[in-house]
Amino acid sequence: MFRGRHILSLPFFLLFVAMPGSSSAQLIVDLSNHLVAITTGFTGQEVLLFGTTEGEGDVVVVVRGPESEVVVRRKGRKMGIWVNESEMIFRSVPGYYAIATSRPLSEFLPERVAARHQIGVSNLRVNAPENTDPEAVEAFREALIRNKIRQNLFFAEAERIAFLGNRLFRTDMRFPANAPVGTYIVQIFLVVDGEVVNAEITPLVISKVGFEAGVFHFAHRHSLAYGVLAILIAVVAGWTASAVFRKG
Amino acid sequence: MDIYLPIAEISVNVFLILGLGGGVGFLSGLFGVGGGFLMTPLLIFIGIPPAVAVATEANQIVASSVSGVLAHWKRGNVDFKMGMVLVVGGFAGSGAGVWLFTLLREMGQIDLVIKLSYVVFLGIIGLLMLIESIKAMTRHRGKKSQQSKSKSSRSWIDVLPLKMRFRRSRLYISALLPLGVVFVVGVLAAIMGVGAGFIMVPAMIYLLGMPTAVVVGTSLFQIIFVTANVTVLQAVSNQTVDVVLALLLLIGGVIGAQFGARAGALLRGDQLRGLLALMVLAVAVKIGFDVIVTPADLYSIGNVVGH
Repeated sequence: MFRGRHILSLPFFLLFVAMPGSSSAQLIVDLSNHLVAITTGFTGQEVLLFGTTEGEGDVVVVVRGPESEVVVRRKGRKMGIWVNESEMIFRSVPGYYAIATSRPLSEFLPERVAARHQIGVSNLRVNAPENTDPEAVEAFREALIRNKIRQNLFFAEAERIAFLGNRLFRTDMRFPANAPVGTYIVQIFLVVDGEVVNAEITPLVISKVGFEAGVFHFAHRHSLAYGVLAILIAVVAGWTASAVFRKG
Repeated sequence: MDIYLPIAEISVNVFLILGLGGGVGFLSGLFGVGGGFLMTPLLIFIGIPPAVAVATEANQIVASSVSGVLAHWKRGNVDFKMGMVLVVGGFAGSGAGVWLFTLLREMGQIDLVIKLSYVVFLGIIGLLMLIESIKAMTRHRGKKSQQSKSKSSRSWIDVLPLKMRFRRSRLYISALLPLGVVFVVGVLAAIMGVGAGFIMVPAMIYLLGMPTAVVVGTSLFQIIFVTANVTVLQAVSNQTVDVVLALLLLIGGVIGAQFGARAGALLRGDQLRGLLALMVLAVAVKIGFDVIVTPADLYSIGNVVGH
């Protein structure tokens, strides 16, 4: 929540300080769906983001999944076999990260602005451990992003935002089946002349529902009963199988 | 048709899982083994997190062992007294195994330990079985060497305390021997996500000297309790048992096992053992390769557990 407010206030600050002459550039956005429900048949889902801007400008959308601690391990060869030798823990890694832009980023957004707003995987701040060799941190950081991209949870390439006329825009955000559950933050930046002039933020929740949620919560809240039930199911299934076979 | 697994947290194709269950079930029916040593690596291969694969496979083996033991029970091939002793040792062993599993998982070494256990134990057992079956095939008509174990070689075993009589197995031995053997096997079962029948059966024949007829039934009886224990302990300490996955696997498994058992009747015993040995060795070599060959990416990521 703190991070969300922080990000919100920054563009407004810029709006009044950096662009004193311009009239407030309006930005209105919404999602087709604020809840992605994981049901039994869930194979990922697309969510439509749509909005309007007042006046000229480029739009950038950043989607971040819930943050968690992630450990990155490096293998080394010991006596002929590959063993995890060293590890580094990153304390706030988004479970999902994707961006969408109306044009290629390099054409309209200076690198320092992109870095300030953490736009693009290379600008992601993941809370690396302090007092560690910076070269090692960089290698582990790159490995973290590379692995997340391989898992289809981070996207290096920006999706396209399509403009309908010059006010209305839309883009599809794709969430794969392995997207972590939790609250996602969707940030929308309006960029004019290389500066962010307005920003919006909207939440998106990915949650297990129904049967999936029931099994998961049962397994976590009543884990002993869950384990016993799992065995009962197995015993009954095994018994049934042998009974059916004897007749057949 | 895809289904989302609530614990593994990935979406899998139902027919792929049913097919895996059926295929491994067929082989387990054919060779009379549990098939855990094939299923767990296959599950990991298709993208199930290793911790979930190991715990869920233990749950599935409960089912296949129950249906297997019932057949042996009818023929009187279960030594319940020996079985109960094994259950006691197996409980302790699998408890220690799950504890070790959780510890290794926190240390980030569980994947390697799982793989090395597979390479070492499948390699040894596969090699021994292959040698034995080749010998049997070359002198197919000749009599097998009868239980040539001399009494003198077991002398240190005879002085162990806590002697018990096992009527069904026609044994009078110290309970410490089966307890010790099954403790080690229980640890391996928990770590490898297998019933470990492929270790237990030869251990019962060669170390305990049990008659072959009661070995499989008694081993299955023991495996039910050990894998049930692993299931509960994994569910409690790691929350990694996926009942949806287990259910799909065992539906495929029980059907496959029926066909496998029928196909098994068409082959000779030594041929079956030879084929099984080759399959066990193939799995060991494949996993051994993974550990030795330079990985595509030296770095891997994981969730921080144990906080």
